[in-house]
Amino acid sequence: MTETVSTQSTVKEITRALKHKPGALLPILHDIQHALGYIPADSIPVIASELQLSRAEVHGVISFYHYFRETPPGKQTIHLCRAESCQAMGSKKLEEHVKAKLSIDYHETTPDGKFSLEPVYCLGMCSCSPSMQIGNDVYGRVSNESFDSVIDEREALS
Amino acid sequence: MTVTVYVPNDSGALALGAGRIAAAIDKEAQKRGLDIKLVRNGSRGMFWLEPLVEVETSEGRIGYGPVQSKDISGLFDADFLNGGTHALEVGPIDEIPYFKNQQRLTFARIGLTDPISLDDYLAYDGYRGLKNALAMSGADIVRHVTDSGLRGRGGAAFPTGIKWNTVLNTPSEQKYIICNADEGDSGTFSDRMVMEGDPFVLIEGMTIAGLAVGATQGYIYLRVEYPHAHRALNTAIAKAYAAGYLGDNIQGSGKKFDLEVRLGAGAYICGEETSLMESLEGKRGLVRFKPPLPAISGLFGKPTIVNNVISLASVPIILDKGGEYYRDFGMGRSRGTLPIQLAGNIKYPGLVELAFGLTLRELLYEYGRGSASGRPIKAVQVGGPLGAYLPESQFDTPLDYEAFAAIWAVVGHGGIVVFDDTVDMAEMARYSMEFCAIESCGKCTPCRIGSTRGEEVIKDIIAGRDLHKNIPLLRDLCDTLLNGSLCALGGMTPYPVLSALNHFPEDFGITEQASAA
Repeated sequence: MTETVSTQSTVKEITRALKHKPGALLPILHDIQHALGYIPADSIPVIASELQLSRAEVHGVISFYHYFRETPPGKQTIHLCRAESCQAMGSKKLEEHVKAKLSIDYHETTPDGKFSLEPVYCLGMCSCSPSMQIGNDVYGRVSNESFDSVIDEREALS
Repeated sequence: MTVTVYVPNDSGALALGAGRIAAAIDKEAQKRGLDIKLVRNGSRGMFWLEPLVEVETSEGRIGYGPVQSKDISGLFDADFLNGGTHALEVGPIDEIPYFKNQQRLTFARIGLTDPISLDDYLAYDGYRGLKNALAMSGADIVRHVTDSGLRGRGGAAFPTGIKWNTVLNTPSEQKYIICNADEGDSGTFSDRMVMEGDPFVLIEGMTIAGLAVGATQGYIYLRVEYPHAHRALNTAIAKAYAAGYLGDNIQGSGKKFDLEVRLGAGAYICGEETSLMESLEGKRGLVRFKPPLPAISGLFGKPTIVNNVISLASVPIILDKGGEYYRDFGMGRSRGTLPIQLAGNIKYPGLVELAFGLTLRELLYEYGRGSASGRPIKAVQVGGPLGAYLPESQFDTPLDYEAFAAIWAVVGHGGIVVFDDTVDMAEMARYSMEFCAIESCGKCTPCRIGSTRGEEVIKDIIAGRDLHKNIPLLRDLCDTLLNGSLCALGGMTPYPVLSALNHFPEDFGITEQASAA
């Protein structure tokens, strides 16, 4: 209950701070996801009422963009590149390894809540494919072995 | 004496450990009581050497790379701070042919300077274009851009000057400048390198665009996948405001230009200009019908310039040195230089800025030195996920918009992704349809439905089912996508699909005779 209340007040605070910007909805959604990790369903009526939009419009925008999520992510989200340059450097094999190592598929979270896995279509690091991103940290020329050591290191941290 | 050491802060270098290397060099220098100044520069674009550490010496900047953490103490032992000999030494950076032979106009500063230092920017010819622009009329600025022959570097290659002229001549109390920084094409990273490696050049280019057409508000629509570019841009924008290069009174001229970065949210389609504007307005990124052109009715219904990062970042040098200077590079109707990006399975991946006209073969073998795997290069995809796959027989095509159009291919944003002979082109064609289905905005039927049906048909072909029916069906479907889609996503997905089918029919399990059916 307390958690819901504080979530709601965060949503309200962010929305009110940004709603006067032209085209405010994306900046608002970004700030909410940045603060909470996702965009909770009960934030939709708040945003809709503040921006004078319908709830359907707000939901429509959230669901259109791959980056916005409506469920809580794991503590760390791994964005693994699936695009052509990475494919040319063996990303499909890496992808199999990653899924096996974490025992999850794309858009899933490990049962212990530590890692979520999301596909991404190009990280702009095509000069060191295959690549991935975890938070603001970027990794190039990722091999099965280097992936394992990154995960082991991060697991110890989380 | 303080020695200046450069370790790149470009995310391509960070992805290979540059952050750790910078910290380790700093620590080791302190331990040894040596006085160094550590500068986090942009990348030179020679990624096989990253992390590339440079040391300022009396002989110029000497490079060492690729440096790993285990090499640090050995580098100090070899007196690398005085340019000492070491196994990783690559000599003076300026003498490396890959770098030396380039014609860097847009990338002139990248790798040389501290990207977020305004002093560095000014010391290396920054804001000279703006100074000239402030003394000109809007029409004169536009004339310089038109004279330069610059065409949109995002991929569509529309003449920039003509677009600007339309906005200039459309009266409105409010106009906008949008920088399309939604660089989603696989194999491209030149926008990212500019934003991380020289953010002020983009800010200057957008400011000049604002002065030219009378726009007072600019937006950089940046993809969320680029957090390092986001940070660099915001830092540089704050410094530009503080120094009077942005705001209500630019350098005392009484002219106003405000600039803000807005983040995308992982939708490839928002790189399409009308979808991008919908997104900036806070909506789903659905593609708009054209006309009206954005130059007449764009963001919030106002006249709007939408240009790619490289187009806008090329403007300052055009205004500094004049349209003719820029125009003297290039061939035919492709004027100036193009920052080419060598990616995928290539030995020397990186950024090569050259005048238009070099052949693919020269780029792949003289610059790129062949595949990274050492196997023969089977195909290259030029121009991102909507670009055609080219076989070896087309490698003598010069990089030129018209020469590529003549072989049913596109230069696009200048990204080249290399594949060796282990690639299955039918699988790449299937992936193109899958990508289109994932990223389609859903507004037009050919793209929304056609991409899903397309993937199904290619799966059937891969499984060897009814080729005599399914190959013509795929061609027919591609024809519908090509001619019936609202924008380039549906309209160009046939490029990779059909080029794969036409050039590599054997990968689809068919003879060349059947593929022509």
